[in-house]
Amino acid sequence: MPLTDSLRNDILASVPSLRAFAISLSGNADRADDLVQETLLRALANIDSFQPGSNLPAWLFTILRNLFRSDYRKRRREVEDAEGNYAKTLKTQPSQNAHLEFEEFRTALEKLPQDQREALILVGASGFSYEDAASICGCAVGTIKSRVNRARSKLAALLYVDGAEDFGPDETIRAVIGGSGG
Amino acid sequence: MKDLKSQASRSTTPGKGGLTPEIQSRIGHQLRAMYDDVVRQGVPDRFAELIKKLDAPGATPQLGEEGGSNDNTNGRD
Repeated sequence: MPLTDSLRNDILASVPSLRAFAISLSGNADRADDLVQETLLRALANIDSFQPGSNLPAWLFTILRNLFRSDYRKRRREVEDAEGNYAKTLKTQPSQNAHLEFEEFRTALEKLPQDQREALILVGASGFSYEDAASICGCAVGTIKSRVNRARSKLAALLYVDGAEDFGPDETIRAVIGGSGG
Repeated sequence: MKDLKSQASRSTTPGKGGLTPEIQSRIGHQLRAMYDDVVRQGVPDRFAELIKKLDAPGATPQLGEEGGSNDNTNGRD
């Protein structure tokens, strides 16, 4: 479909969540904005292949994800070196405690396998349905569900077992997460 | 034995993958907080300009209008 004003506005309206997705994926604000820019250019160049009435955010997220995947293979090291850049992207500085917790969470998120991280973000933060997330990632709905579940379990293990001092008695948490209450 | 169990089940009823609802919602909350921090930053100028520039596809840059098909309505910028 041609690039109408309303389509252009819809694309623009997707930019904030595209950036959030890109930053969550890459952990690096600069790389994320480059990804968003490439995504927009590619989307606009291929706007004819967008089906009017279909899910525009899902279409854009698919482009961004594919770009990230090909880019990631090349740049893995660079991305890993860039730890800490994420916090700089925040305009509002959370309180010290919240900030610490936030940093821990971000670090834990980066430890997840890429498949699991993107599935968790798409479903848990971007608000896509399992079906949309599956189409964005090019896999089955069941695969997305299991990736999301594994991502949650792993995050829980990373955040609330190892760093449980601020959360509650270690043993209780361990028992809860291990499901060893019989 | 009972007290041990009730202590553990205070925050429990494990759901999928042995996660308690409390931990699940905690993860969800933090995930969205992180994400929404970026969403709230809105659209950086860089992207607004990019999309605006591409408004007229293949537009001849700065060559000036020759046709002038519409007399008064040239406020298309």
